[in-house]
Amino acid sequence: MAWHIMALQQLINGLALGSVYALIALGYTMVYGIIKLINFAHGDIYMLGAYFGFYAITVLKLSLVPAVLTSMAGAALVGVLLERIAYRPLRNSPRIAVLITAIGASLLLQSTAQLVFGASFKPFPQAIPFRRIQLGPVFITNRQLLIFGVAVLLMVILHIIVHYTKLGKAMRAVSMDKEAALLMGINVDRIISATFAMGSALAAAAGILVGMYYNRIDPYMGMMPGLKAFVAAVLGGIGIVPGAVVGGLLMGVAENVVVTIGSSTLRDAVAFAILIVVLLFRPNGLLGKKGIEKV
Amino acid sequence: MNKLSSLIKGIILLLAYLVVQLLERQGVLLPYHVQILSLCCINVILVVSLNLINGFTGQFSIGHAGFLAIGAYASAYLTVVWQAPFLFAIICGGVLAGIAGLAVGLPALRLRGDYLAIATLGFGEIIRVIILNTDAVGGARGFSGIPKYTTFGLAYLMAIFTVVVIRNFVTSDYGRACLAVREDEIAAESLGVNSTYFKVLAFTIGAFFAGTAGALFSHYLQYMAPTPNQIGFVKSIDILIMLVLGGLGSITGSIVAAITLTIIPELLRGFAEYRMIIYPILLIIVMIYRPAGLLAGNELSLSGITQFVKGARAHGNHT
Amino acid sequence: MATTPELMVNNLCVQFGGLKAVDQVCFSLKPQTLAGLIGPNGAGKTTVFNALTGLCPVTSGQISFNEKQLTNEAPHNIARYGIARTFQNIRLFRNLTVLDNLRIAYHQNRQYSLLCSVFRSARFKREEAQITAKAKEALALVDLADKADHIAGSLPYGEQRRVEIARALMLNPKLLLLDEPAAGMNPHETQCLLELIRKLRDDLQITVLLIEHDMKLVMNLCEELFVLDYGHLIATGDPKSIQNNERVVEAYLGGCMA
Ligand SMILES: Nc1ncnc2c1ncn2[C@@H]1O[C@H](COP(=O)(O)OP(=O)(O)OP(=O)(O)O)[C@@H](O)[C@H]1O
Ligand SMILES: [Mg+2]
Repeated sequence: MAWHIMALQQLINGLALGSVYALIALGYTMVYGIIKLINFAHGDIYMLGAYFGFYAITVLKLSLVPAVLTSMAGAALVGVLLERIAYRPLRNSPRIAVLITAIGASLLLQSTAQLVFGASFKPFPQAIPFRRIQLGPVFITNRQLLIFGVAVLLMVILHIIVHYTKLGKAMRAVSMDKEAALLMGINVDRIISATFAMGSALAAAAGILVGMYYNRIDPYMGMMPGLKAFVAAVLGGIGIVPGAVVGGLLMGVAENVVVTIGSSTLRDAVAFAILIVVLLFRPNGLLGKKGIEKV
Repeated sequence: MNKLSSLIKGIILLLAYLVVQLLERQGVLLPYHVQILSLCCINVILVVSLNLINGFTGQFSIGHAGFLAIGAYASAYLTVVWQAPFLFAIICGGVLAGIAGLAVGLPALRLRGDYLAIATLGFGEIIRVIILNTDAVGGARGFSGIPKYTTFGLAYLMAIFTVVVIRNFVTSDYGRACLAVREDEIAAESLGVNSTYFKVLAFTIGAFFAGTAGALFSHYLQYMAPTPNQIGFVKSIDILIMLVLGGLGSITGSIVAAITLTIIPELLRGFAEYRMIIYPILLIIVMIYRPAGLLAGNELSLSGITQFVKGARAHGNHT
Repeated sequence: MATTPELMVNNLCVQFGGLKAVDQVCFSLKPQTLAGLIGPNGAGKTTVFNALTGLCPVTSGQISFNEKQLTNEAPHNIARYGIARTFQNIRLFRNLTVLDNLRIAYHQNRQYSLLCSVFRSARFKREEAQITAKAKEALALVDLADKADHIAGSLPYGEQRRVEIARALMLNPKLLLLDEPAAGMNPHETQCLLELIRKLRDDLQITVLLIEHDMKLVMNLCEELFVLDYGHLIATGDPKSIQNNERVVEAYLGGCMA
């Protein structure tokens, strides 16, 4: 295959993977924007979302769309509970304590999932038959199209919520200044819960999409994509919603390129290499503005 | 007084070693038990060295297994391929890990808190991926055929050495400078403390000791696999859990936690399965109710213990 | 010799984005003066201190101290040249003991090496004893000798301010910058502070520049005043002339301070 065709094909594959990262990254960025917390457990919520989808399809015999919605609702609930139980008591604690708690929460979700769902992987039911659509010299699969479609749809919905609803306005207010928002009569706790719910729901959708894409889910599937999506959020500028999308897509493409020209064992190193470079040279991300620490 | 208590501590440590030797001779302790004790010592080194970086200098690092990995593989390469003496291999492993620590410490200057944490985690994973892709150390197959050089005696000695060095470090002007950086970097700088230098120093020393622990580890297991469990983030988080439960900034806390959390899973057979559920719950509860760790940053000391015992006795006499 | 200025600030500008927090400020200090930097809230006083101690980047202008250029030096180097400071919002190492707070500040004068500390050499022990003695001395100077083993964050506000001064003194400074040392103190404490600062200047022969809103303290203590308003230096002179300066009165009234 000529190199440019291969590159085009990798671009398509990369964008599909990238839109999944983007969906997960949105959750990181929203939560970070609002309470300055790296929700380490976010990747595990994505994993739970995949499992919820799995059981909704196999046990509840739901078709794809209701299954996705059920899973999103389930994950939203877990996200809200997580914040309520683990993070809220620590809202005024040192950052390190909160970070350790988040790591603990991540481990807890992972090992609970392993105990409840079993440690081995499960084949994800194929809710739609696999098809390959030829576009000239390259192809795109219907699953990739589905990933794109769902990701774009959810992002548009999120955009509308954040920019055109009262809830969105309140979220933006809380992220700018929690005390001031409180004084303006905004129920900060409820807004934080809503943020966790929305971020978790997006992650759950991503979990199902990936389950369908790779045909398999396991209790540890959240770890790497979670970290990568976090890198994507940092790359785009953490706390900035469009940044998460840009970062996610870039990450997906970069990973596919490296795997094509290098080796698949390098896959996971790409993300971290990008992270370290970004943090060193553009710590506020591609779309971020510079901030000055006040003495 | 000070000399006396050092002497007493030395005698206790020596006695502990002799007791283990005796019990092993008598067959009370099986080789398997002594193995666990060696692992305890290795973990003590890992946790105490991480404490220097995280607890005393406040640079939140969760990539400690990366330094362990460097020490483990480098030393194994030296003893297997070059037939180098073990002690030399340990030192080389430590020095290489220390150099890596220097390299991580440099970005640490620019990053704070959670960003630094993620960067160190990323750094650890990059090291793992590099090892995974290095055929000279077995690549993805793992590194096997490492001689069993790690004895309990050696691990015990190294652990004591590490603890003494790090304790002396943190209770000197160097350690106070690290504490100052942890507490308030701006104030520290305004008092003439070069915060950059001390962050890098803490990373380098911490990494050095983690590297020596790695050397002991690979010559204890005799086989290294480039998996997250052995040299990746899972291992890093294992070390972190011990550190946090023992208390950031408490050396004795680190020692107690490292030993307890190494022995418990081995003793309670059924525990292993629930370990990864219990630890995270403990972690969260400790952070919510006792964020300074179970010992709350305090050190256990001989005089403290005798005072406690005396106090308890006095209390008992009263009632 | 004694008349040549110790600290010279020339056309100092500090800009935060579009905001000129300090604009074209020039002043100089002679050795062993007691000087005050005053002005309404947000005038840029703390920012001048931050620029002097390297804690915020200088946009343009020069700072020299005993003929040494300090502009945009690293803060820890500036401390080495003999400038020590306290902070408006007290920056003690809250979780450490008072004694350790002070001992940390002896850092740059410490001679023993890393190996000495790790192996507890005789030199280490000797020097540590000296450092502790020196810290206790400095504590006695601010009348807190009995608080050496207290956790710094647990002390009352006024005592914390004094610990911070003692800590700054551990640097053996030639110039001491005090950012609102009397804030949160009652009149009695303020009076003691005044005497303390005067004593420090006389006994240690240091220069003191202080920021203060308490006009009584400023007028009683300072020999020379600099008045900042919106980043500009609007007046310089002895307390008498400043009190009668129209621009100063206007700045304060305009800032609703009177
Ligand atoms: N790091 C910073 N980033 C952005 N703006 C800053 C920073 N530091 C100070 N400022 C701004 O510069 C101006 C001067 O602040 P500064 O703290 O120097 O005032 P001040 O005279 O000390 O006031 P106060 O008496 O209230 O302490 C203020 O408008 C402040 O908001
Ligand atoms: Mg101020």
